[in-house]
Amino acid sequence: MSEKPPVLSIEGLHVGIDGTSILHGIDLKIKPGEIHAIMGRNGSGKTTAASTIMGHPDYEIESGSIELNGADLLELEAWERARKGVFLSFQYPQSVPGLQVGHFLRKSVAAIRGDEAAKGAPFRDALKSAMKEVSIPRSFLSRYVNDGFSGGEKKRFEILQLMLLKPKLAILDETDSGLDIDGIRVVSRGINAAIRGSDSGALIITHYSRILEHVKPDYVHVLIKGKIVKSGGPELALELEEKGYEWLESDATEDD
Amino acid sequence: MAMEEAREAVGDYKEGWHDPEHSTIRFDSGLSEEVVRKISKIKNEPEWMTEVRVKAYHHFVSRPMPGFGDREALEGIDFDKVCYYLRSSDATEKDWEDVPEDIRNTFDRLGIPEAEQKWLSGVTAQYESEAVYHSIREDLESQGVIFLDMDSGLREHPELVKKYFCSVVPYQDNKFSALNTAVWSGGSFIYIPKGVSVEMPVQAYFRINAKNMGQFERTLIIADEGSSIHYVEGCTAPTYSTDSLHSAVVELIALEGAHIRYSTIQNWSANVYNLVTKRGIAHKNSTIEWIDGNIGSKLTMKYPAVILKGEGSHAEVISVAYAGKGQHQDAGAKIHHLASNTTSKILSKSISKDGGRGSYRGMVTVSPKAENCKLNVVCDALILDDGSQTDTYPTMEVANPSARCEHEASVSKVSDDQVFYLMSRGHSEEEALAMIVNGFFEPFTRELPMEYAVELNKLMALEMEGSIG
Repeated sequence: MSEKPPVLSIEGLHVGIDGTSILHGIDLKIKPGEIHAIMGRNGSGKTTAASTIMGHPDYEIESGSIELNGADLLELEAWERARKGVFLSFQYPQSVPGLQVGHFLRKSVAAIRGDEAAKGAPFRDALKSAMKEVSIPRSFLSRYVNDGFSGGEKKRFEILQLMLLKPKLAILDETDSGLDIDGIRVVSRGINAAIRGSDSGALIITHYSRILEHVKPDYVHVLIKGKIVKSGGPELALELEEKGYEWLESDATEDD
Repeated sequence: MAMEEAREAVGDYKEGWHDPEHSTIRFDSGLSEEVVRKISKIKNEPEWMTEVRVKAYHHFVSRPMPGFGDREALEGIDFDKVCYYLRSSDATEKDWEDVPEDIRNTFDRLGIPEAEQKWLSGVTAQYESEAVYHSIREDLESQGVIFLDMDSGLREHPELVKKYFCSVVPYQDNKFSALNTAVWSGGSFIYIPKGVSVEMPVQAYFRINAKNMGQFERTLIIADEGSSIHYVEGCTAPTYSTDSLHSAVVELIALEGAHIRYSTIQNWSANVYNLVTKRGIAHKNSTIEWIDGNIGSKLTMKYPAVILKGEGSHAEVISVAYAGKGQHQDAGAKIHHLASNTTSKILSKSISKDGGRGSYRGMVTVSPKAENCKLNVVCDALILDDGSQTDTYPTMEVANPSARCEHEASVSKVSDDQVFYLMSRGHSEEEALAMIVNGFFEPFTRELPMEYAVELNKLMALEMEGSIG
């Protein structure tokens, strides 16, 4: 019996920055069509995990492996990983003054999905329907990338990119932070549209369980001090909402 | 020789190739009164022009180098090594087929005939000291538009040239305006009659091919009342290990209600000194715009100027400078508000990379009698790496309290996070940098005809190549 390899497979991952270790042995497997959530407080290593998978050059891999659909990612630069199908929705998307949104989207689609996907009616149609899904008006296209965007606009723009780039693995770093209920509903709609019913996998990184009410994860992992201390089903998110992180933190310190 | 060739072979500069030099007349290098008189004689000029040249020559000799800018680099110019006149073709042709083959190929390679067919009203192509090709659309000619190379302008319209030559930039203005006046050759002469709008741009292209060449074109544009024109110039040169000198003078006259836009994409090779004086006089309710792109050269010192002489006139200077390895771009703008209700806008953007140095040097003045003037100055600098440098020398002298002045300046560095963001969208580090740089230049490129904007973006992408350690 042959089974497809996991979309994402992380084994024994230790990561540091500027000589300080942050992740102390992460193991994670995301199968096609699965949505996983990593929950944890600030400073637990969530953004480090997201940036490391995307290939941020500042993070040093001390040991371990990251594979996308069975292929090693560690030797690849961020742009190569993007072209292989890794996508990161940033917690703080960067602005690029003078670079028009429409132009940028077309160039990014061409880079990741090929020139054909960025041409003519198919591109325009995909763009139109994705913009509708995340409630982005047409006038957006002539603005500059993230320049002067509100917090909510930035997040919706990240999800618009997710929908157009059709990654194999979508990592969503604190996509819900700074969003109101309507904002969360809109970006969740986009995430569901991009991932559900596809072979892709998603990793949602968050503090709170709110977004998980709209994008129901298959698995929830709790990250404390650079380690996954507990994994479970969606009910774990609710438990955390009720009890906080403290009851798990004591376990983590004992381990250290 | 081997080293020279090696040096010529390196670098990303795309237009650095050269043709075998061919000349019908080539002066020995060096400058004297005799050389100045000889140039005038070859051109069969009227006496008054010879006299202006000689006076300007003596002024040049006695005038010290400018006391600002890159003095060290300026001292490196060896005026005795420069060739002051080189004619490579006997005539200025109206048909590309008649231009000598080598030279025609050069301009083909630079895409000039193609651009002419597609979207220009007229073209002049200068090679070394003289225009080798010149053409204007017939419908414009029949409307009375004069578009000639400067030498033909002097021959065919001596009264107009005499009236306006040196009227905006006197030869005593600075050392290099004196030099240009003494040895000028080529350039454009344009007159647009009252009420005529030239819809498509006219273009001049300046190519230096020979080593140690000095190119001293002189351009004079007179826009009569209510007329308008967009003039575009481009320039390139081969990469040599020895220096060349480009020192032009451009004079613009916008009469009442006229509109002149003058766009430049300067892409000289990194061995060219580019020391240019550009100035316009704006009469009542007229507009003068300088769109000035400085990408190449070893040292550029250039501050396009507008004298707002007539009430309600408007000036705009939008410039970008790219200072790469071994380059110093000392560029900016000068605007003088002499009349009431005049407005001006300066937008300067510079990028420094690989140890390059970009300087903004600007001056805006408002005279005591000029009421209700508006001034807006914005200068932004972007530094791409640690060894590169940017400086700003803004001056505002406002002698009338009713003036409204705005000044903004910013210096930014490309951040790693910005690059990483773009890389996470499938763009290599070089592509990401080119996107950031092109975005930074966008307020400039959107003012260019589309064809130039595309060309400039490609040029900047090329400059970003191989730049990543």
